[in-house]
Amino acid sequence: MKNNAVLNVALVGNPNTGKTSLFNQLTGLKQKVGNYPGITVDKKHGKCKISDELTAEIVDLPGTYSINPQTLDETIVLETLLNTNNESYPDAVIVVAEVENLKRNLLLFSQIKDLQIPTILAINMSDQMERKGIDIDIAALKTALKTEIVLISSRKNKGIDILKNELANYKNWNTETLANISTKIDAKYFKELETTFLENSLYKSWLLITQQEYCLFLTEEQNNKINAFKTDIEKIKKYQHKETIFRYQRINEILKTTYKIDKSKATDLRSKLDSVLTHKIWGYVIFAVVLLLIFQSIFEWASFPMDLIDSVFANLSELAKTNLPEGVFTNLIAEGIIPGIGGVLIFIPQIAILFLFISLLEETGYMSRVVFLMDKIMRKFGMSGKSIIPLISGTACAIPAIMASRNISNWKERLITILVVPFTTCSARLPVYAILIALIIPSKRVFGIFNLQGLTLMALYLLGFTAAICSAILLNNILKVKSKSFFIIEMPNYKVPSIKNVFYEVVEKTKAFILGAGKIILALSIVLWFLASNGTSAYKNAEKYVPTLEENSNLDTEALQKKIASYKLENSYIGTMGKFIEPVIEPLGYDWKIGIALISSFAAREVFVGALATIYSVESEGEDVGTIKERMGAEINTKTGLKRFNFATGMSLLLFYAFAMQCIGTLAIVKRETKSWKWPILQLSGMGALAYIAAFIAYNILK
Amino acid sequence: MGDTIASLRIGESGIIEDFSLDVIPLCLLEMGCLPGKEVSLIQIAPLKDPLYIKVNGSHLAIRKEMADLINITKL
Ligand SMILES: Nc1nc2c(ncn2[C@@H]2O[C@H](COP(=O)(O)OP(=O)(O)OP(=O)(O)O)[C@@H](O)[C@H]2O)c(=O)[nH]1
Ligand SMILES: [Mg+2]
Repeated sequence: MKNNAVLNVALVGNPNTGKTSLFNQLTGLKQKVGNYPGITVDKKHGKCKISDELTAEIVDLPGTYSINPQTLDETIVLETLLNTNNESYPDAVIVVAEVENLKRNLLLFSQIKDLQIPTILAINMSDQMERKGIDIDIAALKTALKTEIVLISSRKNKGIDILKNELANYKNWNTETLANISTKIDAKYFKELETTFLENSLYKSWLLITQQEYCLFLTEEQNNKINAFKTDIEKIKKYQHKETIFRYQRINEILKTTYKIDKSKATDLRSKLDSVLTHKIWGYVIFAVVLLLIFQSIFEWASFPMDLIDSVFANLSELAKTNLPEGVFTNLIAEGIIPGIGGVLIFIPQIAILFLFISLLEETGYMSRVVFLMDKIMRKFGMSGKSIIPLISGTACAIPAIMASRNISNWKERLITILVVPFTTCSARLPVYAILIALIIPSKRVFGIFNLQGLTLMALYLLGFTAAICSAILLNNILKVKSKSFFIIEMPNYKVPSIKNVFYEVVEKTKAFILGAGKIILALSIVLWFLASNGTSAYKNAEKYVPTLEENSNLDTEALQKKIASYKLENSYIGTMGKFIEPVIEPLGYDWKIGIALISSFAAREVFVGALATIYSVESEGEDVGTIKERMGAEINTKTGLKRFNFATGMSLLLFYAFAMQCIGTLAIVKRETKSWKWPILQLSGMGALAYIAAFIAYNILK
Repeated sequence: MGDTIASLRIGESGIIEDFSLDVIPLCLLEMGCLPGKEVSLIQIAPLKDPLYIKVNGSHLAIRKEMADLINITKL
């Protein structure tokens, strides 16, 4: 579907050089940016108007140190640049480099340049040059690298227009190669390679040889041709090493005359911060304090706006009730949908604060230090230091967290990380935890400062982490997966966070959370409501049948109405289903209504409250029953005559939600990332069994 | 056996010796860890692993097992 006026442009560069920042500037989109190598793990498209006639389709790619991939996210770059049939195969490439690490950045540039795709070099973070005492002779560098160069600052929006102007001219860019690998290494071998694959640039053919396993787009005929060149693997490895050394030699020669750095201007802020933040003792102390601070502020700062939202929704319910025509449908809105959505929206403040902190940590460069501190410990659990990032961001949502594991190069470490991340307490569990805790834990102060309810919530977070670690240890001992691994992580320089980036991150993430949850709750409420207000013959005959029962003979009209309503609900479609599964969940202390809410939660956990709200609202048939919390508190267990949500059932439910894998989105991502149904099924059944057993034990001890 | 990166103490540096190409992963080379370049040890993580080094302008953290493969001449 290639239109003449649309230009495919790929952003390629080392991790953390500001590709996504540039992408956002060019396209006006707001993709995630952060001072940590490996923020972008998938490709993202966006449009950018270059001139009146020309629009560019910009592709942001994951960062990579070389075109030879080490991790999954890096293979995406290789695939995009080699597969001419790929929909985002670029007409032009912008190599985004960074002033401070120009030498290492140029290695990748030299590789891309040798592919002979039109390429331009954008040197980013030019705003840092003066402070760092860096001076670049652009004109000389242009000649030496045979390329156009633009100095840009995507944070300060400098040089972006010049870059766009250059892009319009991409057909005239010099596409000569930079490093002639053939003559330096093995002239005969490379000559033969060149003549065998006349359609490719020599370097591309060489990459097909060395990276054949990642080039899934090759035809059988091509593969056979390639295999003929791969008779001596050792030799090929040696040539790759030689090639890299040769490239660095060329780059060194070029930079010797064009790149100057005034060492006297260098500050040692980095080393000072590092000596504290990665210190044997202080490093851990600071990390612990940071985590505590995050939790503390989530609970302290959020309480006021949360109360505010709560009262807004209570008023909204009231408003809907008084202004809409009376009837079951109004009930659905006022008592099902509004409280259901309110039950999630109330967490906006907490979620926003959580995102604020995660985003701040990422923007400063601190995350890499945590990775460094934790690597050895995490390895004992079969994971990598890099697993810390998914585990921390899993407190927001497991889906991006699982994606973030892509830059772990060891497959076993990555697999274990993916499998255990769903144990961390994600934000969707918060609404469920909050309402249950409010019902069963008294709001008491302990030790003078801590609120008992807050402590319970904290304990649930810890429980999630503990479950993640324990299952990692278990998996580490069970899984027999062989994989080679290199652990190399770049330690980026510290940066003052960009307020704009942090702000957008918080807004975008919070918005996505609300819209996602809102949609599911709305849809499910309607489905549940429909299933709860329709049924088979028993449902339809309820009005006639219930009054004839002997036990009901001397009830007044109001009590009789109640009986009829609950009889109808029990015989509605949803009631029939609920009754069917009730025997399974009864040992955990749940009735069929909780069972329905539990099953609805498989779409997304936060639906729990909304589902109960909808079911109760149908049952109450227009009577005012107060808030969902009051309604849950009033619910009676018909067998024991006690409160339904007593301590035992509450605890059992909390444990169930802590362990169970109730998230279709996560299962789908795990399937995609592991390319097999085996692992999501393992998660679903393993976590489900654990949840069931834990809930069963808790209920039976406490009841 | 001579010194390797793993035998450096914090603050010390050395020059990377010519290494045998089949033990060193390509990616380390690509990150700038080349023979003849100066490498200095900035920090060791609490449990003696990984190591935080500066080499050829890059700041990297690598695991000890890999650092052990790279021979150096101490400065
Ligand atoms: N000072 C300065 N910082 C910048 C500039 N551009 C980006 N940054 C910062 O550099 C860091 C990395 O930016 P990203 O845009 O996420 O980099 P990336 O290349 O997409 O990184 P990966 O996706 O991890 O490969 C962020 O902290 C940005 O705020 C710039 O022009 N000047
Ligand atoms: Mg990015």
